[in-house]
Amino acid sequence: MKETNLEALETAFQAKIDKDIRIEPKDWMPEEYRKTLIRQISQHAHSEIVGMLPEGNWITRAPNLRRKAVLLAKVQDEAGHGLYLYSAVETLGADREATIDDLHSGKAKYSSIFNYPTLSWADMGAIGWLVDGAAIMNQVPLCRCSYGPYARAMVRVCKEESFHQRQGFEIMSTLANGTPIQKALAQDALNRFWWPALMMFGPNDSDSPHSQQSMDWKIKRFSNDELRQTFVDVTVPQAEMIGLTIPDPDLKFNEETGHYEFGAINWDEFWEVVKGNGPCNADRIAARRNAKENGQWVREAAMAHEEKRKAKQAS
Amino acid sequence: MSTKEWPLWEVFIRSKQGLNHKHVGSLRAPDAQLAIENARDVYTRRNEGISIWVIPSSEIVASDPDDSDSLFEPAASKVYRHPTFYDVPDGISHM
Ligand SMILES: [Fe+2]
Ligand SMILES: [Fe+2]
Repeated sequence: MKETNLEALETAFQAKIDKDIRIEPKDWMPEEYRKTLIRQISQHAHSEIVGMLPEGNWITRAPNLRRKAVLLAKVQDEAGHGLYLYSAVETLGADREATIDDLHSGKAKYSSIFNYPTLSWADMGAIGWLVDGAAIMNQVPLCRCSYGPYARAMVRVCKEESFHQRQGFEIMSTLANGTPIQKALAQDALNRFWWPALMMFGPNDSDSPHSQQSMDWKIKRFSNDELRQTFVDVTVPQAEMIGLTIPDPDLKFNEETGHYEFGAINWDEFWEVVKGNGPCNADRIAARRNAKENGQWVREAAMAHEEKRKAKQAS
Repeated sequence: MSTKEWPLWEVFIRSKQGLNHKHVGSLRAPDAQLAIENARDVYTRRNEGISIWVIPSSEIVASDPDDSDSLFEPAASKVYRHPTFYDVPDGISHM
């Protein structure tokens, strides 16, 4: 009896998804759907928050006031993105602090791109252009994700992302058209961030076992390889336009397919970074942990103050 | 964790004069004043609002999706509540 009931619920759930009816927090959903979303949305939130660190590194050293104001606004947006997403994950019944503790203990992952160091100002250009560019590719289809609160958060995020990519490209094109040293800095940043940016789309489809279920649930709309290909196709001409060279000797345009063919991705490097052995993994987690631990007395004091005020009001 | 978590607040924003406040999301804050200040930073960085409401999430009472048939189905069959239900002869205007 109970089993047929569950089956009926699952059938009705899938029928809703197939009709593009959004799932809302209090609706019935399969446990696996809930778990998948909690994992994906919280890891997305962590990526936004950890992603503030490599760029935060350059705020005090921005070359002029305009660049500084722009970078500050961009990093503040990323904090906002993290908060929209933590708010979405709470609608699934997840505990916000517990998901953050999972990040700090290493149980939860975040985008591995943020484990690379930002060595020069040009990296602010490469990150905005390539990393935010790749993030936009990933996030635009998520605006139509079957889970309402996630989709709505993504609509806000995508609106804000477009300036992120433009400010990065502007930095890159300014440097690329500057002195030979400036151009070399831009090229060096592109060399270091190109391959990690391609890895942001995740493993090849053949090595991505959960993808099909996520597609059926309309959490995911395009495969990793499809999104990566689109990213390469739109980004290569942009690099050419500003006179920079994509660091891939195998890159060539295929007239027949209308797509660029690109060289093999170093998946060993990808998995090493995911496992925690990238150049900055330890620094990133330490910075997040410090922020939480050192801020604890402030959070406690604010709460105590409010409790005292309520008690006074009651008496 | 020894400390109590800050409570959750639902945030509603009026985007411009003449429109309703609309739910935009939630956030955590220790009290109402800070909830409003945080909502300003999180949800109105690009002139999205001119007025903010915050309500403790625990104070919201919501209908149950399982009751939606009994709550909303009765309205579905009452097509005569819509003007399109009625025949109006050709030539009649202002109606
Ligand atoms: Fe973001
Ligand atoms: Fe961004």
